[in-house]
Amino acid sequence: MPSLSVIDNLFATPLLAQHAVDAHAAVNDGFREFLIEGAYLTASVLFILGLRGLTAPDKARRGMQLAAAGMLVAVIGTLIDARIVDYKWILLGLLLGSGIGAAISIWMPMTAIPQRTAISHAFGALAATLVGISHFDYLTRILGAEVGHVEMAALGFEVMFGSLTITGSLMAFGKLQELLPGAPITYPFQNETNIGLFAVTALMFLYLVLAPTAWGGHTTVFYLMVLAGLAVGVLIVIPIGGADMPVVISLMNSYAGLAASAMGFALGNNLLIIAGALDGASGFILSILMSRAMNRSFANVLFGAFGTPVETAGKASSAGMTVKSVSVEDAAAQLAYASEVIVVPGYGMAVAQAQHQVRELAELIEKRGGEVKFAIHPVAGRMPGHMNVLLAEANVPYDKMLEMDEINDQFARADVALVIGANDVVNPAARNDRSSPIFGMPILNADQAKSIIVLKRSMNPGFAGIENELFYDPKTALLFGDAKSSLTKLVAEVKAI
Amino acid sequence: MLDLLHNVPLLAQEAAPMTTSFLRLYVFVLAGFIGFQIITKVPALLHTPLMSATNAISGIALVGALVAAGAQHSYYSTLLGFIAVTAATINVVGGFMITDRMLKMFKRYER
Repeated sequence: MPSLSVIDNLFATPLLAQHAVDAHAAVNDGFREFLIEGAYLTASVLFILGLRGLTAPDKARRGMQLAAAGMLVAVIGTLIDARIVDYKWILLGLLLGSGIGAAISIWMPMTAIPQRTAISHAFGALAATLVGISHFDYLTRILGAEVGHVEMAALGFEVMFGSLTITGSLMAFGKLQELLPGAPITYPFQNETNIGLFAVTALMFLYLVLAPTAWGGHTTVFYLMVLAGLAVGVLIVIPIGGADMPVVISLMNSYAGLAASAMGFALGNNLLIIAGALDGASGFILSILMSRAMNRSFANVLFGAFGTPVETAGKASSAGMTVKSVSVEDAAAQLAYASEVIVVPGYGMAVAQAQHQVRELAELIEKRGGEVKFAIHPVAGRMPGHMNVLLAEANVPYDKMLEMDEINDQFARADVALVIGANDVVNPAARNDRSSPIFGMPILNADQAKSIIVLKRSMNPGFAGIENELFYDPKTALLFGDAKSSLTKLVAEVKAI
Repeated sequence: MLDLLHNVPLLAQEAAPMTTSFLRLYVFVLAGFIGFQIITKVPALLHTPLMSATNAISGIALVGALVAAGAQHSYYSTLLGFIAVTAATINVVGGFMITDRMLKMFKRYER
């Protein structure tokens, strides 16, 4: 009677059977944990290798495929986590997110890259913040546990960095998408308000970390801190002008990474810590590079607009000087017979979406025997590397795009410097006018070229209202009009020559 | 006296997490150094793809979001987790895809 003995067994030795199950589960859990940690370690290595790929353009794509594979490994590893008991919402979220993410990346025009980057920082930060809130809720409300100092500090950093990045990035997105005015938004006592809010947020953080649970109010303070973080994000970005967006975007990039790292500390997850640290380091380095390229300190970019009215440039005495405008025909002839041309693209080229016409013109000049190079200033455009991506999209080979340090010595040899919608990055005042707000900023030496053609929409001074003496240089000729239509006309003229 | 006795196990318990926290701090600092070393070597040419790549990688928050969405701690947690999974996935999928789209465009000059 085998069946009876089985039943017998079940009833007779429930304790033993339970032990066997427990032991089995323990082995299972141990193995599961081994798999998960293995997946995380693999992912960390792949992320690092992936980023290393970006140090050379021809290795970059392969590198990013490694990083993407790392992400897949990490997600699969997490899905076997014993704590996950229900996959319904996970699946829905993954599908929805993949659909939206893929749609954005397929149909978004390359010119919208800065906006997309800004808003994706908001998404990343939103995820980090919500996970932080959910974790806090689980610990305090569901478990009713005392949250340790270290864990609370990690959670606090996670939601603080997260929440200020959400709104900060949304504001940056609004400015780049021109839903908000690009000019700094200022009001009286702005500095005081912000410092006050910072202080209050910091106090709430300290209370959460240090105050014993018995004092109470932790939940309220926690949510108030999230709200304060959201407010800080708004207030910190609205006074920053459009031209300073490269620094803001880089900074938000860094904060989104730090929020992920803090999440790693809160959840005890090394992969999150590593990925977040890589991201944080990257954003931090980029913001330093951007600030340096503007010859300004971090603090100056972040607090520059506070209280100080826009300085009027020292060389506002342009009244007596005259600009020389040039006809399309003359400009075309100048370009067609030049043996060396350096193109200086700026935000104006991005706005006019003129990169394809630029490439066409460059190819025509090269066909006629001239040489064309592109001089890229680190802060040209609205985010780091903005011009490079636009030119690459228009099929300009990347070895023709030169960084400021590489090309600055070559301007003196150039027959024509063709400035397209760039202003501050070629303003000689940065070199020789101590009273100019941009004094000391490294610039492209376009003024050293034998002649300069500037494509410009109108004579309105640039963003900060700074006069550009390059435009009044006797060597300079201005071709007024929308960059795209001017270039189209130039292309037609050069072809006709 | 009684108080002291009560405190002993508590302190012993705290000792372990403190070491763990420090280990995590090591991981953070070392990863930051690696990041610094690598990122400073990325040419300005690729700074936009770099940012979009690190942005995709910071979508790693997905790992935390998955657990929050699937652990069934409470309706509230599940809801927050679900939104977090969606947001992080947008970042991951969109980020990697757009980085690839950008990098595909960078071509060398051929005569």
